[in-house]
Amino acid sequence: MKHVKTINTANLKESAVKGGCGECQASCQSACKTSCTVANQKCEHKGK
Amino acid sequence: MIHKYELNGYFIVLDVNSGAVHLVDRLIYELLDRLDENLSDNCPPDLLKEFSSRYSQKEILEAYEEIVALYRAGQLFSCDDYDKFANLMVESPVKAMCLHIAHDCNLRCQYCFAGTGEYMGHRQLMSFEVGKAAIDYLIHHSKNRHNLELDFFGGEPLMNFDVVKQVVEYARSQEKLHDKLFRFTITTNGVLLDDDKIDFINREMSNVVLSIDGRKEVNDRVRSRVDGRGCYESILPKFQKLVQARREGPFDQYYVRGTFTKYNKDFANDVLHLNDMGFDQISVEPVVADPSAPYALTEADLPEVFAEYERLAKIMVDRAGTDRDFNFFHFMLDLDQGPCAIKRLRGCGCGNEYVAVTPDGDVYPCHQFVGHEEWKMGNVFDLSIDPDRKKQFAHANVYGKEECRKCWAKFYCSGGCNANSMQYCGDILKPHKLSCEMEKKRLECAIMIQAAACDHK
Ligand code: SF4
Ligand code: SF4
Ligand code: SF4
Repeated sequence: MKHVKTINTANLKESAVKGGCGECQASCQSACKTSCTVANQKCEHKGK
Repeated sequence: MIHKYELNGYFIVLDVNSGAVHLVDRLIYELLDRLDENLSDNCPPDLLKEFSSRYSQKEILEAYEEIVALYRAGQLFSCDDYDKFANLMVESPVKAMCLHIAHDCNLRCQYCFAGTGEYMGHRQLMSFEVGKAAIDYLIHHSKNRHNLELDFFGGEPLMNFDVVKQVVEYARSQEKLHDKLFRFTITTNGVLLDDDKIDFINREMSNVVLSIDGRKEVNDRVRSRVDGRGCYESILPKFQKLVQARREGPFDQYYVRGTFTKYNKDFANDVLHLNDMGFDQISVEPVVADPSAPYALTEADLPEVFAEYERLAKIMVDRAGTDRDFNFFHFMLDLDQGPCAIKRLRGCGCGNEYVAVTPDGDVYPCHQFVGHEEWKMGNVFDLSIDPDRKKQFAHANVYGKEECRKCWAKFYCSGGCNANSMQYCGDILKPHKLSCEMEKKRLECAIMIQAAACDHK
């Protein structure tokens, strides 16, 4: 494409189909906490 | 739904439901102002006419075709069909716990949400009996979850470090028995750090959070000791030592974290200072406080805060790939391999997947609810957990919150902090607007940094 450059290939919808196993870290969004903001977390789903 | 913005010379378009991010030219950026989900296959004549004073007909038609191609590929104006996953937003096993190992602190930080460690109660250390019962509680309520997290929190956890060690030892002794893997984390203000503690932390804690606000004058103004003196001189060398030693250990995760307030709206300088002091994993976050507090950030501060986030983001773009590269926690974003959409929509999980335990063994939805008696939801000794509360929090996901459902940032923000919503809006389902505005700005910056990296390839 000449006018557009898409910078990622992931599709959130596809991730939902196999997702939701809950093995990843909890993600407190608050300023006072150790845990992560959600979008920089790692998925820990086994069969992926 | 799409979200488009211009930052640092880039025209950026986020397709919300698919998560696709597009760098576009000005023509497409402007065309998108006129288009929505009801896209026709061919460029509407009035659109062609309107743009033809500034662009050639060939260009307009070509750009329009590209828009249609993205739309067909499900990467632009993609529909919201997440409703079918609503059955996954239900009660889940408890997998993470915040252990309030010490309701006491040796600092008197002005903005402390925990009332300098007391949590509206009295100063108290957790006994090993409570810690042990908390581990049993977590194992029991985690059901089939394998990975469990335990965060040592306070007050200041190092004031009760012997119990920290005992709890870690006990939890490790239970791992094989129950097929669990514990991950420990700890947050400390550093005052009591010594070689022994550094060694233990680096050996056992998968993440460690070191609290320091940045430049000496900034840190010492709010993070003071009981006698009023600042703590910067004492903690900085200890943190440097810990981080240096950590490079040899099994875990690489750590971060220095600070809070910025109305007193340092030039907080990018604090981030850079921390980097100059040898840290490369840095988090500096806005204070959340009652608007009447002198250090509180308010709506009037937003333009300055936004400009500062943008300044920091541009500096990071310039430094990327050089030896002065560093991570700013809230600009970290993995656009390709982040968590699944379900996880993103579920939110922080407090009161459902995550709970906090007080020195008495009482269970609360999370550390920020501790001390608010009406939110107590169980006790570790009788393994109780209030099923109605758990259900209430399970439904506090993105789709349970009116504002969040409509928000372009929902897959990255996850619906904000329920405790802040409770405290400032009186309802766990009503987001704290000031926090939302800053979250969205950080996200725009984070996406721009990724776009810039891609552009430079
Ligand atoms: S581990 Fe991966 S698939 Fe499982 S809930 Fe977390 S992000 Fe989703
Ligand atoms: S930014 Fe605010 S409205 Fe948007 S998802 Fe986060 S909490 Fe909800
Ligand atoms: S309610 Fe707020 S402080 Fe509590 S776990 Fe959720 S994001 Fe963190």
